[in-house]
Amino acid sequence: MRFGGLTAIDELSFAAPVRQITSIIGPNGAGKTTLFNCITGFYRPSAGSIVLAHPVRGSLRLETLESHRVAREAQVLRTFQNTRLFPKMTVLENMIVAQHNALQAASFFSLAGLFKLRRYRLAEKQALEQAMSWLQRLKLLEFANIAAGVLPYGTQRRVEIGRAMCADPVLLCLDEPAAGLNPRESAELNDLLLELSRESGISVLLIEHDMNVVMKISDHIVVLNYGRKIAEGAPLLVRKDPHVVKAYLGEEDFQEQRA
Amino acid sequence: MASIIQQLINGLTLGSIYGLIAIGYTMVYGIIGMINFAHGDIYMVSAFIAVTCFTLLAAAGISSVPLALLIVLAVTVAFTSVFGWSVERTAYRPLRGSTRLAPLISSIGMSIFLQNMVQVTQGARVKSIPPIITGGIDLFTRDGFNVHLAYSQIIIVMVTVALMAVFTWLITQTSFGRQQRACEQDRTMAMLLGIDVDRTISLTFMIGAALAAVAGVLVTVYYGVIDFYIGFGAGIKAFTAAVLGGIGSLPGAMLGGLVIGLIEAFWAAYLSAEYKDVATFSILILVLMFRPNGLLGRPEVEKV
Repeated sequence: MRFGGLTAIDELSFAAPVRQITSIIGPNGAGKTTLFNCITGFYRPSAGSIVLAHPVRGSLRLETLESHRVAREAQVLRTFQNTRLFPKMTVLENMIVAQHNALQAASFFSLAGLFKLRRYRLAEKQALEQAMSWLQRLKLLEFANIAAGVLPYGTQRRVEIGRAMCADPVLLCLDEPAAGLNPRESAELNDLLLELSRESGISVLLIEHDMNVVMKISDHIVVLNYGRKIAEGAPLLVRKDPHVVKAYLGEEDFQEQRA
Repeated sequence: MASIIQQLINGLTLGSIYGLIAIGYTMVYGIIGMINFAHGDIYMVSAFIAVTCFTLLAAAGISSVPLALLIVLAVTVAFTSVFGWSVERTAYRPLRGSTRLAPLISSIGMSIFLQNMVQVTQGARVKSIPPIITGGIDLFTRDGFNVHLAYSQIIIVMVTVALMAVFTWLITQTSFGRQQRACEQDRTMAMLLGIDVDRTISLTFMIGAALAAVAGVLVTVYYGVIDFYIGFGAGIKAFTAAVLGGIGSLPGAMLGGLVIGLIEAFWAAYLSAEYKDVATFSILILVLMFRPNGLLGRPEVEKV
């Protein structure tokens, strides 16, 4: 991925297997968020390809899809570092709006909604049930009818994850989900992410600065620096990798540490 | 007293029409943050479609008024929505992602284009149709003043109330409404959730145009006289209504329309009929000076 003369990501390749949490780490400006933007269709990479093995639709080249189709057809969903809920909608509406695919198909662009056709009513009911079950699971039921914008930060985080889950993701990209959470919330998030990846059969991609979180829940870690992959592997291996230590601590510290 | 009630009736009728047009301004502003200055002209085009349609139906010998009215409404709404769609597609979509000012200027150009197109194809002279809905009810007479409620006024207010109800339901309860609001609050996020933002914007323009088309038909029925320039005045007044109600707020647009209609009616009756437009524009200036967020608008908090 290049912006003018700046190459933000170069020769990067890795895989994010199903039922696993793959973490992307690296210093600020390493290209982590750019990578997410490429995967989710927000940017179009200048070279290379991003392939998703979709369980129903087969293998999809994400970089060739229109932006909104990445979420709609490839079912790649993401959350943001600073949450991006629809602030004036209630929590429940936020959850339902993510499920517009099924609803839209059943509603013939809302015409059926006008006449309350059976198929539309059914789809609407299912969307509501799906939303409620996620609200329950994430302990958000009490906030269902509150405008999302007024909730505390940690709660908004959970709503955002719930909203992404409502859209039935195949690949879930989480951008620093633990940032700004207190230790207890952070621990709960760890459990939740592990549960999600093991039970739902989705691939989770995680950008995270909190190494406690990364080391605890990742199955696989990819380390970026200046847009290039400098290491990859299981948490314990990556932690000891000299390139990684160098990138994180700097050359001098690294030599001191060795000495 | 009697005269006040008469002006109340006239003002509500006029206000209903302004409110219907104002929704188009406020919806488009809400979703892409631009003032669509061509919206008044879309309304003007719809009035021409309505007149043509009434004339054709009369020539075809359809004499039943309710039937004619229904056919004209359906045809006008359909054609005007297509106009709304094409205007967005040709003049605004190519400029999306450019500066905020670009589509604004484009919309002024589109407004001039529509006016000239109608002037060239339909002629610059005033077009009129014979009154379609005649008669009314004389409510009461006091101090020699007769309070008259025309059937056309009843129809205008009833149609407006019904449309507002359907429209409110569409925006708050349906899947399209949720998508529309999602795009309004965060277009990027809506896209990342798989919502087709371009299509939602197109539909928004079509709905705005459809409501303006209903206003166009109602005005044709009410006054029976139109020309290629009516879009400008009505557009500016509806825009004022949208600003007064709080631009971006749907109930605000309806409320603003009614208030502007009432002020205009009372001003014309008690102060000066020639200077009634001065009242509207003074309100626009006062609102912009003292309450830029309007009656129902909330201050926009810029997130950092």
